[in-house]
Amino acid sequence: MSSAAVVIIAILTLAAALAAATLQKLMHATLSFAVALVGVAGLFFLLGAEFVGLVLVFVYIGAVAVLIVFTILLTRRDVGKERAANWGGAFLAVAVFGGLTWAILKTQSVAVVAPHIRLVTVKRIGEALMTSYVWPLQCVGLLLTAALIGALVLVMEEKP
Amino acid sequence: MTPTLQLFLVISAALFSIGLLAALSRRHAIFILIGIEMMLAAANLNFVAFWRFGPQTQPPIGVMIAIFSIAIAAAEAAVGLALVIAVYRHYRTTNVDHLNQLKG
Repeated sequence: MSSAAVVIIAILTLAAALAAATLQKLMHATLSFAVALVGVAGLFFLLGAEFVGLVLVFVYIGAVAVLIVFTILLTRRDVGKERAANWGGAFLAVAVFGGLTWAILKTQSVAVVAPHIRLVTVKRIGEALMTSYVWPLQCVGLLLTAALIGALVLVMEEKP
Repeated sequence: MTPTLQLFLVISAALFSIGLLAALSRRHAIFILIGIEMMLAAANLNFVAFWRFGPQTQPPIGVMIAIFSIAIAAAEAAVGLALVIAVYRHYRTTNVDHLNQLKG
């Protein structure tokens, strides 16, 4: 893991995220959002969490981005003009970033380099999911089922 | 030169702020959802970074939390987009400024 690779991927990610937050066309913003998530997955790869990076690509780009594109196409007739830039939101975002960065740079205990760690294989993750994380796993399964049913109920045609 | 934890935390803070900017300054409901997803991705980056730079644990707690958080984010996105479609059917708009019927 070298600093240069991290910085290059971070610049790419943040530029794509900024484009997603500021572009006027919804479709362009969604594609920039997908690029930003590829960048985040790249950072996960550099951090040694390859499985999380792959899950992020599968779930976000394979499912969430495609879902957003479907929603844009289904609500296409709505072409209302966006109101002029909201400076309050921009000011708050800059203030949050400034505060967080100040706190991070002031904290001495986070200025550490990465220790050597054992590789996180899919086997280890699967064993953890099936032993100590079996209850959270079941809860996530229940949550996903509830979300599926809830989404279906929300978009069902209303009976007259 | 190897990167420190600070670098990842600053990247994550920047991504969170951009997500906050998208969620606060856009008037289109889908943009707001995109902003929320970006903030969740920043939180996941923090989990994995703290796991990588912290003491070793068995099982890898940061990785497990990131995986669960991604699953929950997917459920949230599905319900959120369903809400957008339901609102669009009812009001013929997805601009959150026009959804003011419950406004006091």
